[in-house]
Amino acid sequence: MPQHPFAITLDVGSSLANQTGSWRNERPVYVDRLPPCNNACPAGENIQGWLFHAETGDYETAWRVLTQNNPLPSCMGRVCYHPCESKCNRADVDSAVGINSVERFLGDEAIKRGWKFEAPKSESGKRVLIVGAGPSGLSAAYHLRLLGHQVVLQDAGPKAGGMMRFGIPKYRLPREVLDAEIQRIVDIGVELKLNAKVDNIQETMKAGKFDAAFLAVGAHIGKRAYIPAGEAAKIVDAVSVLRSMEGEEKPLLGRKVVVYGGGNTALDVARTAKRLGASESIIVYRRTRAKMPAHDFEVEEALEEGIMMKWLSTIKRMDEGKLTIEKMELDKTGFPQPTGVFETLEADSVVLALGQDVDLGLLNGVPGLTIKDGVVEVGPNMMTGANGIFAGGDMVPSERTVTVAVGHGKKAARHIDAWLRGKTYTPAEKHEIASFDKLNTWYYTDAPGTVRPVLDTVRRQSTFDEVVSGLDETNALYEARRCLSCGNCFECDNCYGVCPDNAVIKLGPGNRFRFNYDYCKGCGVCAKECPCGAIAMVPEEI
Amino acid sequence: MNDATKEMEPTQKLKFYQKGTFTVGNRLVSEADRTVQASIDRSNAITCGHRGCQGCGEALGARYVVDAAMRATNNNLIVVNATGCLEVFTTPYPETSWQVAWVHSLFGNAAAVGTGVAAAMRVKGRSEVRILAQGGDGGSTDIGFGCLSGMFERNDDVLYVCYDNEGYMNTGVQRSSATPPAARTATTDAVGDEPGNVFGTGKSVPKIAMAHGIPYVAIASVADLHDLERKVTKAMGFHGARYIHVQVPCPLGWGSASHDTIRLARLAVESGVFPIFEAEYGVITGSRKIRNRVPVVEYLKLQKRYAHLFKNGDAPRLERLQKLADRNIAEFNLLAHEGNV
Repeated sequence: MPQHPFAITLDVGSSLANQTGSWRNERPVYVDRLPPCNNACPAGENIQGWLFHAETGDYETAWRVLTQNNPLPSCMGRVCYHPCESKCNRADVDSAVGINSVERFLGDEAIKRGWKFEAPKSESGKRVLIVGAGPSGLSAAYHLRLLGHQVVLQDAGPKAGGMMRFGIPKYRLPREVLDAEIQRIVDIGVELKLNAKVDNIQETMKAGKFDAAFLAVGAHIGKRAYIPAGEAAKIVDAVSVLRSMEGEEKPLLGRKVVVYGGGNTALDVARTAKRLGASESIIVYRRTRAKMPAHDFEVEEALEEGIMMKWLSTIKRMDEGKLTIEKMELDKTGFPQPTGVFETLEADSVVLALGQDVDLGLLNGVPGLTIKDGVVEVGPNMMTGANGIFAGGDMVPSERTVTVAVGHGKKAARHIDAWLRGKTYTPAEKHEIASFDKLNTWYYTDAPGTVRPVLDTVRRQSTFDEVVSGLDETNALYEARRCLSCGNCFECDNCYGVCPDNAVIKLGPGNRFRFNYDYCKGCGVCAKECPCGAIAMVPEEI
Repeated sequence: MNDATKEMEPTQKLKFYQKGTFTVGNRLVSEADRTVQASIDRSNAITCGHRGCQGCGEALGARYVVDAAMRATNNNLIVVNATGCLEVFTTPYPETSWQVAWVHSLFGNAAAVGTGVAAAMRVKGRSEVRILAQGGDGGSTDIGFGCLSGMFERNDDVLYVCYDNEGYMNTGVQRSSATPPAARTATTDAVGDEPGNVFGTGKSVPKIAMAHGIPYVAIASVADLHDLERKVTKAMGFHGARYIHVQVPCPLGWGSASHDTIRLARLAVESGVFPIFEAEYGVITGSRKIRNRVPVVEYLKLQKRYAHLFKNGDAPRLERLQKLADRNIAEFNLLAHEGNV
């Protein structure tokens, strides 16, 4: 028997012998929830994931994580309407994180530093034809090439880029940026064929021994409306105007330009006309500002530049230098109805921006297709009714934006890859959304958004310089660090610090944490104090 | 003389530091700038297996304080503990949760024992060894108050930390002189004309400590770890008597959910119920400003000890409690001014 001092009968032991985990009726578990920005991104970017790296200043890793889903960050950082920011939880704290501006910063860094994509690791031996080198086609080409397939990217135009080049004005997307990002995709071994319109998809596939095709020809035909016009009336369509901006001969629209329509294209062309020297650039739209399909910030920028808007108006007739307009009023259902009140407006030309149609000529004779409302129906796997022919972008039913097109390209690429390998692609199940109520925002400091400096309005009106300029290194880092990391552990050590029972084990940088269930009493303080909602409490089975 | 208008010094000075300024650690800052609690090799002065209740604020507060004191003294620390929850749940014979030299004597004499240990170390020439005496509000503000005041007036070289859970929780939630007005305890039942603890009773030991003119007095909360650790480290920079009063929510005694421990401590601070300030040689040197002010009811309604205020809608008493918080806000200048955030 061991010797003990007076009145002592037991050896000293540690409380570690007492496994308090048995008290628990709920256990904390680490989870990854889906950040609302990621969920909102039409291109399926892992936004929270790349911001996580950008926060440390490791911009290259951030860019590499970003480009796993989207090969065009520099373009996207300029032309995307950032639905991610509309869903950002930070908006409920102060203002949304400027995701779009950080994306642009990363894209521009990549161009500046010459970062390249890594070539595919293996070759599948399959050949895929992509028709249309717009955002959707470029995205599909990139993803298919990385998956090891031989890719031929064919376009009718003299340069790649599609609507990004021939539809979006330079002041929103400088061409050097577009060229650099296209070149980087070509560099991984995508064969680019320009001035090569595909007239018959089946013949082209047969001739080129292609195993599959992805069609993304876009919607390049401007819709026309019948306007009674005198002899010398000049009526053109917006798509042609924007396309001719890329050529040698700039369009001649005159001093007084009227643009007919209420979408983003109408704004693009009105702002372009102003920059071409028009003294008056007027948008005529049959409904109200609130009903305009254009994005409000673009309307705001246009108004700042001196673009005039005529709401509730339709064009009845065009004569030389003169336009007859009928005032409209909204009926109970919100539809514009004529009032019989007319007025005249001076105009040298009218530009119609009434939407675009798709040239579906290449699909003539292809069996099994369904064409509805001028676009091609596709299944959930982006395949048309014809086996092995997939389609995406503006030529399928969807919202017509660059981001949606890029998303289509990626999605189609994954399905094409699976189809070529005789499998089906099943996307990973989505995690639960990291909604605002899952966060403990106490732990985030309050910081206003970095407002992108806007170029002087006057300067903008006369040139095609970029309207919205980018962040520099210091404020990009600042902006990235505003991310709340919704639903994903950012290793803040809170759970490790606040556990009254030392039942959280810190695993070191990059390895997050682990619960020690031998001692965790299930109090739930860690879950409540986790800033980003990455801990869930789960009932124990009793 | 008192200057509570000053913001206490910031615990972190970082540019473009948006995320997790208030979190325990952060991967974006250097190890040296993180809290002791963020460290993978912190002392864990109270290790796992202790018998503290689920969500025990005192277990948390004591680990925060002792770990920080151990770092500040390079582990040359002797802890003297009064009787109370902290002593009972960490040392059921023959087990101990303490990973530090630790002494327990009686309920009321922790300050005196601390004085004695300090004297012994001085006699032995062990000037590097520092003494931390600690107890709950019962052992400090009531039973050990005479010894505590003696330690203060003699300016003995001891840091005394009171973990204030506002009552005698271990023995069944009886009232102490730190129990707030209207709180229900086993000895202040929610019956009669004035249910719960009587208004106008109790005392502020931090203010009494300041009246002794000792080198350092501070109030801290488990809701603000950065501030708490800074104060413990600062206290260890002084010699002589020092006092830190830490509010530690008690799920059992307050009738709150175990997961709300830190949330309650935060609401106490943000409502003005529990003002955070510090003082040197009897003079207040700064206070912690409220970030997002909340009405006192936000704090009260999460606790069953105040349930009687809400059952029949006791507006007059709720208003009195709000007024007490408002008085704290005015007295300690708890609202941030323009340009002082």
